[in-house]
Amino acid sequence: MGKLLSHRLAVPVVIALLVVALSFAMPSNFYYRVAALVWISALAVIGLNLLMGYAGQVSLGHAGFFGIGAYAVAVLPAQFGLHPLVAALAGAVATAAIAFLVGRPILRLKGHYLAVATLGFGILIAMTISNEAWLTGGPDGMPVERLTLFGWRVRGADTWYWISGGLLVIGAWIACNLVASPTGRALRALHDSEVAARVAGIDVARAKLTVFVISAVYASVAGSTLALVNGFVTPDKANFLHSIELVTMVVLGGMGSILGSLAGAAILVVLPQVLTGFHDYEHMILGLIMMVIMIVLRAGIVPSLAAFFQGRRNK
Amino acid sequence: MSTTTPLLAVDGIGISFGGVRAVDNVGFTARAGEVFSIIGPNGAGKTTLFNLVSGVYTPKAGSVHLAGEPVTALEPNRLAERGLSRTFQNLQVFFRMTARENVMVGRHLREKRGLLAHLFALPSTGRQNRESAAVADALLERVGLSAQADIPAANLSYGALKRLEIARALAAEPKALLLDEPAAGCNAVETEEIEKLIRRIADDGVAVVLVEHDMKLVMRISDRILVLDQGRVLAEGSAAEIRSNPKVIEAYLGTHGTREANLALD
Repeated sequence: MGKLLSHRLAVPVVIALLVVALSFAMPSNFYYRVAALVWISALAVIGLNLLMGYAGQVSLGHAGFFGIGAYAVAVLPAQFGLHPLVAALAGAVATAAIAFLVGRPILRLKGHYLAVATLGFGILIAMTISNEAWLTGGPDGMPVERLTLFGWRVRGADTWYWISGGLLVIGAWIACNLVASPTGRALRALHDSEVAARVAGIDVARAKLTVFVISAVYASVAGSTLALVNGFVTPDKANFLHSIELVTMVVLGGMGSILGSLAGAAILVVLPQVLTGFHDYEHMILGLIMMVIMIVLRAGIVPSLAAFFQGRRNK
Repeated sequence: MSTTTPLLAVDGIGISFGGVRAVDNVGFTARAGEVFSIIGPNGAGKTTLFNLVSGVYTPKAGSVHLAGEPVTALEPNRLAERGLSRTFQNLQVFFRMTARENVMVGRHLREKRGLLAHLFALPSTGRQNRESAAVADALLERVGLSAQADIPAANLSYGALKRLEIARALAAEPKALLLDEPAAGCNAVETEEIEKLIRRIADDGVAVVLVEHDMKLVMRISDRILVLDQGRVLAEGSAAEIRSNPKVIEAYLGTHGTREANLALD
């Protein structure tokens, strides 16, 4: 069983089963919609986890990449008549190019300095989106053209549940592949000891840049998907608060855990919905729950629980 | 196995930290198949010298040649590509990875790149992983860590981690290998194992440069010895020459400590 769970395909298979199983337990469209939002957030969080949890490099600017993906599917079809899928692809390519250019100078920084530099980058993107109102609709946001595939208008929360769930499974599969590959080993190595990684022949600067670009593309694809689901974009998804939210999801779910990325996203998307019944106390209770999780499950939800059950089995 | 090829040639190398000459005008050559040791009191500059040679520090003066090519001030990963590897006095282990994965990282330069193949798990990536794992397993056996292959490095003992670093360095198939206190924290039996291991590495044609505090080990294993004191070369020669060198004895224990020095160096 342990051998089976440690297999490279275990996590994407578990997520796929979860997506299928949950579809039988959806009482209404509202639940489909919330689940789709979980899958989309989890996709961005998996990308950020590759950067933070595996390579040990922080980014407080990933909402910027998320925003580029979201606005690509809003602006490009409206201005140039591009198909939304082509626009999403263009957004991902642009995100990769920007991450490459920005990453080269700032990934030389470490720890808090890297955090502040990425924060600045994220704010820059959010400001640009807010200020260029002629293109982006400014703070009010702009509508997104509905996705049409071969004459079929993609609509309905259940349809988006399956599309975003499928994207999440693919994203998890790619992430697990990367982690188990020579590139993934290089990333995990530089997290623990940069000097030993360099002595082993790893080009540390290049490895960091590679994972930064990959994680940015995850955020961009998630942003494009969310824009298509909502049919509308606003600058707040490019905002630094959303960056913080993504980082919180990574840490809460578990650094260096793909399944943890899903757990972290699920908690921070679902809990606010559950807690709306508490009205004025909603945010207080959410904050308390987050604190308790971090105090009790220090390594994040999935790694802590995994260690707990491992320990019980070995007894 | 000793040949006359100077595989690693260091000439007049030096660096200062805040006005203190940590290493000053130091030179040596290490040949393929020999064990060349660097000894000296604490703070003599041994580890700093290693950091200069392996590209961790950039020297302010002097040059390093590897297999006849100038490699001065190259990045450690570029030096690794040319065949230089090392271990660390203060352990630099990938603690979150298993022992086998640690050694597999050492194979990095011998592994096929190709990000797309890695992202989409093309068959070539699986083959590469199996190949690297097989090499790692063979090396873990060579350093006596076969049973610990699947254990996270964080759970291994100090002595085991020292050997794990050697296995990782060997995975790159280096021409020259710098070992920084490989026997530190080892008991007598483990030290003997380390000694055999180092001898075998040299016999395979690697130029081994050793920094070690266990004088008995150094005296037994070394073909030649360099003595550093306060960043400068104090003496160089065979174990017998070093043992009877009055300057070395003085550096270790002061003028009146001849008898004690003989005990320490014996």
